[in-house]
Amino acid sequence: MGNYYQKEIETMPQEQLRALQDQRLVAQVKHVWDNVPYYRKKMEEKGVTPADIQGVADLYKLPFLSKDDLREAYPYGLLAVPKKDCVRIHSTSGTTGKRVVAFYTQHDIDLWDDCCARAIVAAGGTSEDVCHIAYGFGLFTGGAGLNGGSHKVGCLTLPMSSGNTDRQLQFMEDLGSTILCCTPSYAAYLAESIHERGLQDRIHLKAGIFGAEAWSEDMRHDIENKLGIKAYDIYGLTETSGPGVAFECAEQTGMHINEDHFIAEIIDPDTGEVLPEGSKGELVFTAITKQAFPLLRYRTRDICVLTRKPCSCGRTHVKMSKPMGRSDDMLIIRGINVFPSQIETVLLQQGYTANYQIIVDRVNNSDTFEVLVEMNPEMFSDSLAKITAAEKELVSALKAMLGIAAKVKLVTPKSITRSEGKAVRVIDKRKI
Amino acid sequence: MNIHQISVFLENRTGQLAEITALLAKEHVDIRALSIAETADYGLARMIVDDSYKASSILLQHGDILSMTPVYAVQVPDRPGGLTELLQILAEVHVDVEYMYSLFTHDTDNAYMVMRVSDEAKFLGALGDRQIKVMTKDELGLK
Repeated sequence: MGNYYQKEIETMPQEQLRALQDQRLVAQVKHVWDNVPYYRKKMEEKGVTPADIQGVADLYKLPFLSKDDLREAYPYGLLAVPKKDCVRIHSTSGTTGKRVVAFYTQHDIDLWDDCCARAIVAAGGTSEDVCHIAYGFGLFTGGAGLNGGSHKVGCLTLPMSSGNTDRQLQFMEDLGSTILCCTPSYAAYLAESIHERGLQDRIHLKAGIFGAEAWSEDMRHDIENKLGIKAYDIYGLTETSGPGVAFECAEQTGMHINEDHFIAEIIDPDTGEVLPEGSKGELVFTAITKQAFPLLRYRTRDICVLTRKPCSCGRTHVKMSKPMGRSDDMLIIRGINVFPSQIETVLLQQGYTANYQIIVDRVNNSDTFEVLVEMNPEMFSDSLAKITAAEKELVSALKAMLGIAAKVKLVTPKSITRSEGKAVRVIDKRKI
Repeated sequence: MNIHQISVFLENRTGQLAEITALLAKEHVDIRALSIAETADYGLARMIVDDSYKASSILLQHGDILSMTPVYAVQVPDRPGGLTELLQILAEVHVDVEYMYSLFTHDTDNAYMVMRVSDEAKFLGALGDRQIKVMTKDELGLK
């Protein structure tokens, strides 16, 4: 059975949890109605008042919020408490349009840290551990979230931030880091660097908590084998505080959503209709304990499945599958939907590393689709025939997976930018 | 009898080969033979150097992708038809040449071909029968 940070809540019977959600939702809707004119207006337009929301069963009546609302209300339009009560801001790493900013009271940060602490404990963390945090610190939530969680657990915390691989490895070795927290692409990069330098025997990691990016099961196995650890997924988004909205337990069959703080729904992304448990659709969150930035029915754009099947770890909170793709990340190339995660899966199956970059362009009104793939020692040979044969196999495996032909370009290792926060996976040069 | 060949992956990018040769030059590694094979998007450089261990450590540290392959350096008389005789022998015994390129020495009577073949035992047998010399590392001054 598992280790828990807040056992009573994490293993609370589902009916009791539901009652807690009902009560918190009612209070939260009133808080938002009273303090956020932007959302109140949306409710009024839909003809809904706080009196209509008596519990989770009435959630569907509330209007959605999307990233567009956040941009429109930028910067203070969705703030629900006076500015003087806020202690911090975080912001998304989005590259288009206005950045999204999220606000936190001290109480919000405490609860967020608790969520991250649950994730660390679920990964086997205790106060004996040295927690090495190589997520970026700053506006990005990754570093701050895990840092706070690690403090709550009582781990010796190394706030490394991302980058400077030499220093990362030096500290990992000298200080005996046992838990690594970073993006999965950076974990893969560090794993490769450890192997290149022959440091395997001097690194004593036992677990990793990796999130903020999509990653496949194959990538998980790759990282686990290379680092000799168990790799846990963690989920979150700046809009809902950051990492720790959901986290994996030792069963590794989905991430438990912290339902005492967030109500999760799955909707049809086209119609907005709520779908029954087990359906694949867009994940929507309602934050029921946040004070400063309490988003109701926020559309994440992540496509996944929820399940309430009992979990061997003893936690009762609903589990979400790994996001199967984001409607944001989804590329439409020559009319075909392409998810970058599908390409990652094929690359790992074919013996390449998961470091790749997709370049899409439009030449003479037709889409071009190129995938840059890093050469690695296993796939290299003194024979050009062998390399090109493997490359051809990769091209056909990609075509079989995606239903569309991609041009593969083999490049030198580490020539694809990564390691700082999130890897750039897609360059879309089409002006559409 | 064989010597070590280093193959390096080359991305199709201006200056990539110069980068590699400069690294080797800086550490006083002498390139004795070099051949480039290429496709439209990438290539590979095969080379024989005086110190293959040193060269491979330098290149690995630089982050290059390498492979080491055993190949043979065969002595060929430096006159018209010298190479043809060798190739005809291999054809007679049905040994295919996967690739070959020439190696520099200061010997004025003979040329030397670096060869990778389909069947090494047959290859060495046929050359031994005709008393064609396959060079050792020491004879070529390689470490």
